[in-house]
Amino acid sequence: MTTPQIRPATGAAFSRILGVGGYRPVRVIPNSEVLNWIDSSDEWIRSRSGIAERRWAGPEESVAEMSVQAAGKAIAQSGITAEQIGGVIVATVSHLKQTPAIATEIAQRLGCGTAPAFDISAACAGFGYGLGLADGMIRGGSAEYVLVIGVERLSDLTDTSDRSTAFIFGDGAGAVIVGPSDTPGIGKVIWGSDGSQRDVISQTQAWDTAFAKQDAVNGVGEEQKWPALRMDGQPVFRWAVWEMAKVAQQALDAAGITADQLGAFIPHQANMRITDAMIKALKLPASVPVARDIAETGNTSAASIPLAMERMLESGEARSGDLALIIGFGAGLVYAAAVVTLP
Amino acid sequence: MATTKDEVLEGLAEIVNEIAGIPAEDVELDKSFTDDLDVDSLSMVEVVVAAEERFDVKIPDDEVKNLKTVGDAVNYILANA
Repeated sequence: MTTPQIRPATGAAFSRILGVGGYRPVRVIPNSEVLNWIDSSDEWIRSRSGIAERRWAGPEESVAEMSVQAAGKAIAQSGITAEQIGGVIVATVSHLKQTPAIATEIAQRLGCGTAPAFDISAACAGFGYGLGLADGMIRGGSAEYVLVIGVERLSDLTDTSDRSTAFIFGDGAGAVIVGPSDTPGIGKVIWGSDGSQRDVISQTQAWDTAFAKQDAVNGVGEEQKWPALRMDGQPVFRWAVWEMAKVAQQALDAAGITADQLGAFIPHQANMRITDAMIKALKLPASVPVARDIAETGNTSAASIPLAMERMLESGEARSGDLALIIGFGAGLVYAAAVVTLP
Repeated sequence: MATTKDEVLEGLAEIVNEIAGIPAEDVELDKSFTDDLDVDSLSMVEVVVAAEERFDVKIPDDEVKNLKTVGDAVNYILANA
């Protein structure tokens, strides 16, 4: 008897980003407000991070709500309907209810039918991880159109008494629709991890530890403290600039593109100093426009690249059809870089 | 390659000048990077990476915290290059 053969799944030859959309919370937190929490100055914060203000979400601006708003814009720009979406990937580290995945609610609210929907945890590389997955799904034949969302409410995980991080984080959502293409629109995603450096950016404590302390407060025990994100600045800076410049170069090489052919450089908006140093390490030509959305948005982790992409397209700094180098990097440590065609 | 203390100091002064804009002649052995030269923690990492390249030395992250003064850095480079 011959072994029956499984019919192979066939997908599109290539994929590309068809539309991008962002959501920025209403409430603006200028540096002057941050100075109510920490002993610092506007000048110090700007010189250390390039941040002038950030957006913090209100009670109504939930992870799901911000995602639905951003995704709605991306869907409209892409020219497809929500029913055509065959996959919903939500990259986030700040949706505080683990089960079920927030992606299913977002898919249902958008009207994506029974599309597979799931969350991924890859911190500031989450958008690039999602893009890599979406590209594989489309070319592998398991979806025609995939919605990738990066969304964070990092204000919920910010320790406003921590001088080194209180001014950094912001909230927001960015989304893209990825779909089939006759020509390559997403270069090989260069991604990876380094667990040996898992402690340089992390949540201060696990939730069970935090709750155990809360129980202890009722008897005799340590004071309970809400978990927050903390960072060890110098090792993060060194890795983010010099190691990530190598990863960015690999993404260019894999795509067969040289830096002077780029219409935009869109690094994760971690810190303006990292962006500036990375430009130098990468020897990026001065003619390439660079995303600097962090000045008014802060560091929004998984949301930062699509938010910055939307801003560059809306302001005319970059144009549809241009090639952009994107790179995300963060807690894990994890990273993902690729050359993409802008929608 | 034999490198003298003066050569390391001179090289380090050029690096600090290029990265932080401090006049090279102000970069002296007893000066503190943060307090006297206004080199902040991130610029310090840039200085360290440039020094690693120039003097062919490895300066691990844990060691960077111990390099308070220009003299600390010069001595570390001389001992490890």
